[in-house]
Amino acid sequence: MLSKYRILLPVVSLAVLLALTFWMQPRAMSYFGLNLLFNLAVPIALATIAQMLIIMVNDIDLSLGAFVSLVACVTATYLNDTPALGLLILVALVLGYAAMGAVIHVLDLPAIVVTLGMSFVWGGLALFILPTPGGAAPGWLRAVMTVKPPLMPMAVVAAIVIAAVTHLLVIRSGIGTVLRGVGGNARSIARAGWNVAQLKALAYGLAGLFGVLAGMALVGLTTSADANIALRYTLLSIAGVILGGGEFIGGKVSPVGAVIGALTLTLAASFLSFLRLSPDWQIGAQGAILILVLTARLLFSRRGAAA
Amino acid sequence: MSGFAKPWLWAWIAAGAAFAATLGLTAGRGAGELAYAAMSFGAFAAIVGMGQMLVITLGPGNVDLSIPACMTLAGTLALKVMGSDPGTAWLGLAVALATGLGVGLANFALIWLLRLPPIIATLAASLIYQSLAIWSNRGLRIKPPEGLADFATGRMLGVPNVAWVALLLALATWVMLERSVWGRWLLASGQNLRAARLAGVPVQAVRAATYVAVAVFAALAGYLLASFSGGAALNMGAEYLLMSIAVVVIGGSSIAGGNSNVPGVLGAALFMFLVVSMLNSYGAGAGVKSVLTGAIIIAIVIAASARRSRP
Repeated sequence: MLSKYRILLPVVSLAVLLALTFWMQPRAMSYFGLNLLFNLAVPIALATIAQMLIIMVNDIDLSLGAFVSLVACVTATYLNDTPALGLLILVALVLGYAAMGAVIHVLDLPAIVVTLGMSFVWGGLALFILPTPGGAAPGWLRAVMTVKPPLMPMAVVAAIVIAAVTHLLVIRSGIGTVLRGVGGNARSIARAGWNVAQLKALAYGLAGLFGVLAGMALVGLTTSADANIALRYTLLSIAGVILGGGEFIGGKVSPVGAVIGALTLTLAASFLSFLRLSPDWQIGAQGAILILVLTARLLFSRRGAAA
Repeated sequence: MSGFAKPWLWAWIAAGAAFAATLGLTAGRGAGELAYAAMSFGAFAAIVGMGQMLVITLGPGNVDLSIPACMTLAGTLALKVMGSDPGTAWLGLAVALATGLGVGLANFALIWLLRLPPIIATLAASLIYQSLAIWSNRGLRIKPPEGLADFATGRMLGVPNVAWVALLLALATWVMLERSVWGRWLLASGQNLRAARLAGVPVQAVRAATYVAVAVFAALAGYLLASFSGGAALNMGAEYLLMSIAVVVIGGSSIAGGNSNVPGVLGAALFMFLVVSMLNSYGAGAGVKSVLTGAIIIAIVIAASARRSRP
């Protein structure tokens, strides 16, 4: 009953914010305007999906921002200069994420600490590859990220595709249901004959894959990279998942909501710049919007207000 | 129960090993200077780490992400009030602690009244504190009053004053946790919130006091750090977000809550500084340093968990 309304809040908050933006700046209501508003949302949406896949199995990933930065550095250097080697490194990174999930489960380690440690590792590797900002985006990647489809801008099309694919994967498919079950009750999934270590590795591996896609999309937009390019994605992605109606425990997540949450966060930044707010208060106003939207959750979650 | 398992020992052994490895390179020269620097810089990590430890003890999901913003805001406001005038050090301290009190109450209000998960509540609120700091600071760099700066960088009996402050705070925290009713309440709430409430523990009051305590600790660290480094900077708290969580875990407190460990936090704070200076003295580049720091953190967590699960 509650889960039916889970998606309602993110949709309403995005609609309200979008309406306010158009009211402030009617010229944004165009193909070009929408593209500008949501351009940077594509990598954030992909990173939010990655974080959601980790939160789905009751863990949290504090290394995601550093990981996306590392991928961006690899993309702007190896993938551009020697595509085969670059691809190999990216595949190895995804496998590394899967291994991290398996280790966390098998040794029963706290994910928050292991990912914290890994954030130093990813950050160090990124510095190693690209000590100073630079590199270049591969031409094909640049072309993909700046393509101009008819009717709707690239960013909107991409958001819809990401939401649809992950909805099918996480909510509709059999394996997605089992993965959400790991977050709901890992013991009963194990009793049902599943290997939970493999499932966790799969969830983390998928998160790594989406993290890689986020880093590539980011380089496609910015055309160069540096080792700190995406550090803020760690907190942005957590906020996006929660804005999208996800919960930290119990495997209760919504891929469509997460994508909408990421769009809302991106739009909040644009909206504030239209407001002509003093730069001092830009960051604070983002925090206030976050609190405001989450307060609306109270209306939906009175029932579960025991804690 | 804690008589046999000594999780804090690991952090101290690791700190000692890093200390020895650094001195191995210089054949023992500079031991005093290294220990002094470790105590100075470790003091700030220890103070915020003890605050974070109290919050993490409250149980799963409890963590304060607003520590860096609180440090910056408290340091900025305190220096602004003092305005480099001599004799205003206590006034500045009062302003810093009041800032901590306000931040803690605001955080808990979001968590309790709006029922936000603490991670999100403190994250969103920290953006607002950051804006407040930017607005009140305006890019000015105000020097701390001379007496205060001398105190923050000075020493007593060969130990840095800031380390004495951290030590006194640690002693107070330990007594409070291990010997007072309030500490028992905190541990009980962290082990099982529902059971604690049914047993008559005022759990909401305990949570409120804990979130205020972490903010006051962070504010004190911000005040001392700003005085120590000759002024408040907007990014001065940045590295203490991950640091505060890392020292809690390396120090042997359970990330799942209900178990805290004051001596471990102190050892871990020394270790975090010593490992970086060890890598520095071996001439490691920034990238290698970061990778090794991460690998060492994970190795310690694995070692600690292997030891814990042994019957």
